[in-house]
Amino acid sequence: MIKIKNINKRFEKLHVLKDINISFEAGNIIALIGPNACGKTTLIKTILGMVIPDSGTIEVMDKSIQNQWLYRDQIGYMPQIGKYPDNMTVGQIIEMVEDIRTKDDKNLDKELYESFKIYDILNKRMNTLSGGTRQKISAYLAFLFNPKILILDEPTAGLDPISSLILREKILKEKENGKLILITSHILSELDDMIDRIAYMEDGKMIFDKTIEEVKSETSETKLWNAIAHIMNQNNN
Amino acid sequence: MKKVIKYIMLDILRNKIVLAYMICLLLFSFGLFMVEDLPEKSLISILTLNLTLVPLVGIIFSTMYIYNSSEFIELLVAQPIKRKTIWFSMFIGLSFALSIAFLIGCGLPILIFSPNTQGLTMIVTGVLLSLIFVSIALFITVYIQDKTKGIGASLLLWLYFTILFDGIVLFVLFQLLEYPLENLIVGLSILNPIDLVRIVSLLKMDISALMGATSAVFRQYFTGSIGYLISYGILLLWIIIPLLLSTRKFIKKDL
Repeated sequence: MIKIKNINKRFEKLHVLKDINISFEAGNIIALIGPNACGKTTLIKTILGMVIPDSGTIEVMDKSIQNQWLYRDQIGYMPQIGKYPDNMTVGQIIEMVEDIRTKDDKNLDKELYESFKIYDILNKRMNTLSGGTRQKISAYLAFLFNPKILILDEPTAGLDPISSLILREKILKEKENGKLILITSHILSELDDMIDRIAYMEDGKMIFDKTIEEVKSETSETKLWNAIAHIMNQNNN
Repeated sequence: MKKVIKYIMLDILRNKIVLAYMICLLLFSFGLFMVEDLPEKSLISILTLNLTLVPLVGIIFSTMYIYNSSEFIELLVAQPIKRKTIWFSMFIGLSFALSIAFLIGCGLPILIFSPNTQGLTMIVTGVLLSLIFVSIALFITVYIQDKTKGIGASLLLWLYFTILFDGIVLFVLFQLLEYPLENLIVGLSILNPIDLVRIVSLLKMDISALMGATSAVFRQYFTGSIGYLISYGILLLWIIIPLLLSTRKFIKKDL
C-alpha cells in the first residue's frame, strides 16, 4: 500500500533520513519505533507530503505521490502534537475539516465522537485545551473520514488510561476492516499484543523491519520490549 | 478552493484588526474632507495616507497573520488540498479583507466628496497597493522562518519603499547632476511601487508642476493611455511576481 524507495532527506547539515527503503501492506498494524530524533516523524511527514524528500520515491496505492495531493484523501493523520488555530473552537475546527474534506458520499466514522465525549467540549477554544484533549480531537479527525491508511504519531502519549484503551480498541477494529495502520511510539508495552510488524529506526537509518514473530523467535524473548532491547544491544556491539 | 478561502476570511474577520484599520481610514478620510473646503486638497492628504498607512498595514498585518497561521497551514497541508490552493487562498483572503477595509474606509468618502477620475485613481491605486504589499508579505514569510526576523524585514522593507528609496534616488541625482537623468529617474521609479503610485496620482491631479523640472519627463512618459497602461502593468507585476515566487517556494517547503 505504501512503498518507500531510497528516501533521503537533509535539513541543512543534518542527514535525517538515510536511504530508507520499506513498504507497508494493508491489514497490518506497523510500529515504527526508535529513539528520539531518529527520523520517525520526518519519515511520516514525507509520506504525507509535508516534508519533501531530497531523493527517492514514495508510492501510495501504487502511485507516486510526487506533486500529488488527492491521495491524502486516503490517509488519516494524527500528529504528535496537534496544532490547531488557537482562536477557533473545537466545533469550528471539526466543522471546517469536515467541510473541506467531505465529498458527496457522506461516509463518516463518528464512533470516537461518542466514546471520547467530544460533544462536551465543542464550544471550548483550542487554546484552553490540555494536551490530552487535543490528542482526542486529532484522533477523532484522523478516523473521521474512514481512510484506508491511518498514520498515528505517538497516539497515546498524552491520553489517560481509559482514553488510551478506547483508542486501542478502535485501532484493532480498523485493522479488522483491512486498513493499514502505522504507529510511532516509544511506549512499547501498550503496543505489545496488537502490532504485526516492527520497523526500527536509528539515526536516520532503517535498522530492521520484521514481523513480531520473527523478532521474538530470533531473540528467544517473549516480551517484545526485551526482544527489542536485545536487538538494540546487538547493533551497538 | 472556495471553502479554504471562506475559512481564511472568517478567521481574518474574527481578528478585529482589520475592522480597526477600516474605522481608522474612515475617520481620517471623512475628517480630511470635512476640514478642507476644496476636495482636491483633501485628496492630496489622503494620498499621503494611501502611500504610507496602506502599505504599512498591508505588509505588517499580512506578515503577522501568516506567521500566526502556521498551525492552520499545517492542518490544511495534511488534508487532501493542493499546496498551491492553500497559498493562493491565503493571498486572496488577505487581499480581500484589506481591500474591503480600504474600499469602505477610503473609497466611500472619496466617492461621496470627490467622485471624479482623480478620486477613482486614488481608489484603484489604493487597492493595488494593498495587494502588492500582501504579495510582498507572502514572499517574506515563505523565505524567512523566524517570526521576529520576518516582521523586522517587513518593517525595513516598508521603510525602504516609503523613505529610504527616495533618499537613495536624491543622492544619485545630486551625484550625477551634470548628466541628463530623466530616463534614469523614470527607470528607477519602476523599482518602487509606492513611487509609481505617487507619480501616477500626482499627474492625475494636475499639480505636477510641484514636482519641478522632471515633471515634464514624467508627463511625457506617464500620461496618455500607453503610459498609464505601462504603469498599471508594472503595478500588476509587483503583485504577480512576489506571489508566484513565494508559491514556488511554498510548494517545496518542509512543514
